[in-house]
Amino acid sequence: MSGKYFQPEIECADPAEIKKIQSEKLVKQVRHVWDNVPYYRAKMEAKGVTPDDIHGVEDLYKLPFLSKDDLRESYPYGLMGCSREEVVRIHSTSGTTGKRVIAYYTQEDLDIWSDCTARAIVAAGGDKTDVVQVSYGYGLFTGGFGLNDGSNKVGCMTLPMSSGNTERQLQFMVDLGSTILCCTPSYAAYLGESIKEAGLSDKIHLKAGIFGAEAWSEEMRRDIEKSLGLKAYDIYGLTELTGPGVAYECEAQHGMHINEDHFIAEIIDPDTEEVLPEGTVGELVFTSLDKKGFPMLRYRTHDICVLNREKCSCGRTFIKMAKPMGRSDDMLIIKGVNVFPSQIEAVLLEEGFPANYQIIVDRVNNSDTLEVQVEMTPELFSDNLGKISDVEKQLIGSLKAMLGIYAKVRLVAPKSITRSEGKAVRVIDKRKI
Amino acid sequence: MEIYQVSVFLENQAGKLSEVTNLLAENGIDLRAINIAESSDYGVLRVITSDSNRAVEILREHGFIVNCTAVLGVSVPDRPGGLAHLLRQLAEEKFDVEYMYSVFGQANGLAYMILRVDNIDTVRAALEKDGIHTADCVELGIK
Repeated sequence: MSGKYFQPEIECADPAEIKKIQSEKLVKQVRHVWDNVPYYRAKMEAKGVTPDDIHGVEDLYKLPFLSKDDLRESYPYGLMGCSREEVVRIHSTSGTTGKRVIAYYTQEDLDIWSDCTARAIVAAGGDKTDVVQVSYGYGLFTGGFGLNDGSNKVGCMTLPMSSGNTERQLQFMVDLGSTILCCTPSYAAYLGESIKEAGLSDKIHLKAGIFGAEAWSEEMRRDIEKSLGLKAYDIYGLTELTGPGVAYECEAQHGMHINEDHFIAEIIDPDTEEVLPEGTVGELVFTSLDKKGFPMLRYRTHDICVLNREKCSCGRTFIKMAKPMGRSDDMLIIKGVNVFPSQIEAVLLEEGFPANYQIIVDRVNNSDTLEVQVEMTPELFSDNLGKISDVEKQLIGSLKAMLGIYAKVRLVAPKSITRSEGKAVRVIDKRKI
Repeated sequence: MEIYQVSVFLENQAGKLSEVTNLLAENGIDLRAINIAESSDYGVLRVITSDSNRAVEILREHGFIVNCTAVLGVSVPDRPGGLAHLLRQLAEEKFDVEYMYSVFGQANGLAYMILRVDNIDTVRAALEKDGIHTADCVELGIK
């Protein structure tokens, strides 16, 4: 089928062919890093590995891991993999976890990245007839530029909106007839609410949305699809590797295809660092095969995830990663129990509450407390306090069933939880641990 | 005409109630009766105003969650035993009253009560039969 894939010869290649490409690229990339990144070379030497030990993908396990700590330690230039003159752009992470990370891109790095996001746009049904509204932030954040460049490559009319200024977003969406929206899922949900409030639902022509950069649940996907009248596609990536487009969802909406010609994915046990077999839940580790500006070998993402190589109905042969279930480093441990915000979100949506919520974790008298603040809705409100209290008790019960621990529920006034135009602050952990 | 009560969701936060009363005041809406039910985190404010439709409109415009419910107004003689008589009658008829509260002031020796009951028409008919006067909008100065 034409138009369904951006680069069918790669996206639908025989897995053995992909493995061959990966092996050839890995051997070269390790040599490149050894020659150009003294910081990583020292790590290899400490482990007693040289490029001569790496003959293909099967030798990947011999290489040392890179962690966020390494990135901090080598800040700002320690992991640059080329000369300063070859770098044409930088991006930087939002800094939600510790010190900033700065990633460098050569022109070739940018070209490969835009191939990756172009694949995502085509997988979401995009072609040059589409109007793509990019409402990810432009700037140091990778979202805006990443989707923008992919959209250009596909030949779509690209609206570089950046995030925020919701009124203007809606105006362009209506006046120019945007067909594909790219932004964070929380902003998509907010735009959906705003469209409803403005009574513009029948003036919107969106058919697809590409939403990433933060965790979102299947329930939230359904809500967004309903409120914006589109099919919502997940996209995965991180600045350390390139940005969005490391993996992308297809029409099957059942996992994201990893761009295996550019990245190798592994799943490890986050505690023992042991490589786990495909299909096991563990921490996702990536090796970038082509990046020259900021080459990452075995970078630990802290995303807890599972890989699946089953044949996909879309025809692509790239391995699929499930939506990350959480992060091994932002997973909450409350009273010794592992809690993922995505679990709380799923319960809220199931009980008819809005996806806008905040989790407050605290420690009172040496005991952890968990409070979920959620906004009251006209549907749940009653003049009868008993009925509201029943709704509250029902939610507490469902949360207990899902999490295994008690969560205090606090109903707050509508719009009192700050709407996010970028990454939502879902968790406030007040504990001093 | 039926009497409507306006209920408002309020977070227990300093200034929230005053925000509501200010909005009503600014729009020339008079309060006839007020009642608050509260839990530790939030409360439900219930008011009878001179103009329910307008009150609902204004509060919603300002982002409050509001609903409007029909309630029953009843007048009792303003003397010892007046309310006791009403409650005795309600008990005898086995009517469930979810909650009740009184209307500000009195007139012609009568005190007014607001009752929240499930079946207004049945309760009204029964009370009238027992010689207890139920009030309408005009009597309470409601538009």
